[in-house]
Amino acid sequence: MIERIISEAPTFFSAANLGFVLAALGRTLFMTFVGCGLGFGIGLGLAVLRRTHAPMLAPARWLAMLWVETFRRIPFLVILIMVLFGVQPLVPEISLIGIATIAVTLVATAFLSEIIRAGLESVPRAQVEGAAAMNFSAWQSFWLVVLPQSWRVILPPAAAFMVMFIKDTSLASHLGVVELTFSGKILVNRGSSPVLGYGIVLLGYFILSWPLGRLARYLEVRLAPSRNH
Amino acid sequence: MRHLEITDLTAGYGGKPILRGVSLGVDKGEVVSLIGPSGSGKSTLLRVLIGLMPPSTGDVHVGGEEVDYGKRASVAALRRRMSIVFQQFNLFQNMTVLGNITIAPIKTRGVTPAAAEARARALLDNVGLADKADQYPDQLSGGQQQRVAIARALAMDPEILLLDEVTSALDPERVGEVLDTIRTLAGGGITLILVSHEMHFVREISTRVVMMDAGAVVETGPPSQIFGNPEAARTRAFIGSIVGGL
Repeated sequence: MIERIISEAPTFFSAANLGFVLAALGRTLFMTFVGCGLGFGIGLGLAVLRRTHAPMLAPARWLAMLWVETFRRIPFLVILIMVLFGVQPLVPEISLIGIATIAVTLVATAFLSEIIRAGLESVPRAQVEGAAAMNFSAWQSFWLVVLPQSWRVILPPAAAFMVMFIKDTSLASHLGVVELTFSGKILVNRGSSPVLGYGIVLLGYFILSWPLGRLARYLEVRLAPSRNH
Repeated sequence: MRHLEITDLTAGYGGKPILRGVSLGVDKGEVVSLIGPSGSGKSTLLRVLIGLMPPSTGDVHVGGEEVDYGKRASVAALRRRMSIVFQQFNLFQNMTVLGNITIAPIKTRGVTPAAAEARARALLDNVGLADKADQYPDQLSGGQQQRVAIARALAMDPEILLLDEVTSALDPERVGEVLDTIRTLAGGGITLILVSHEMHFVREISTRVVMMDAGAVVETGPPSQIFGNPEAARTRAFIGSIVGGL
């Protein structure tokens, strides 16, 4: 086996193959970052909505809760298939990666909104009362006091979720999205050694997730309110 | 009309009454201390006054204007004239000392950052913390945090300052520095309404003392009357129990 790897290596690490894997890695990155980024934004909105008390917003709060509870409970593969059959008839020209990214967004919204909600709730009520007594509006209190103090609680689990989801996007290969895992499979089908074909996939996932994990740890330290934390 | 006029104010949580009809008038520049046993409604009265807890019935007038606690604009107008210092300081943990003092004037009163900072540094100098401007609250002692909280409230230029048990959360050796800070305010034109268990301090600083019990005012009078010759039996019992041989 070693001999096969050594003899294959020069042809395997060709510019064409590397470019192919790199493009696939780009797709994995795209689905994860765009999906989780959108999911974070929408999730933040849902978390804020669920903290409101106005009776007028009760139906919206209920829908938000339904969204969160639903998409946290369905396997990602099922969501991928649901989005495929739900969205493709409406927007026939949509790409497969677009469909996969929507699916990632749906799941990320549900999980991240709960992470964000826990972060917002970690800020003591006294901070909000202090802001109110200083004549801050509800929005000022949220943006200037509550949210900045939540990052410390939100970011580590949010980054962990994203690192985990980098791996889960491999399920998009079932739709035919040529992401990292699928690219390895294609290389092996073309005759490459599985050790090389999937080895480069493994390396790709490591290269994606390791710096992100480091970044999360850096942010955790950086965003602490002071050196005492 | 007095500077602050509270008329028959009631408030409670979920049907449980805490204030049962409080009436109190306070003149500009007065130092009024609320005393009474735990649960008598002293802190609740301050919370209702600053709009952190809605009143059930009754009126509050500040400077002759009635406060409508159901209206954001009315409460905002009130909070431009009245500020509060909390027992637990409630300093914003994500901001430096300077940030804590400057943010509200900048964001809610349109003060320029430069002017707000100059004012903040002057106030910090007054409370003896000029060198702590760039520290975060959790790097300060409780007494220092509370002095910052007082500076923060003063930066809003309130006519009326509420002080809610501001020394209760402090180590005993830190109480003095905070009381000293409050002493410098009394008689300076600002109206002070304070809830305190520091009876020597209350006796020394107050122009009037208000004895509260079970959500109502039992007796009001100058410190000499309340501590020396109280009229109400309830006041006598309370003073006797809490101060002993004062």
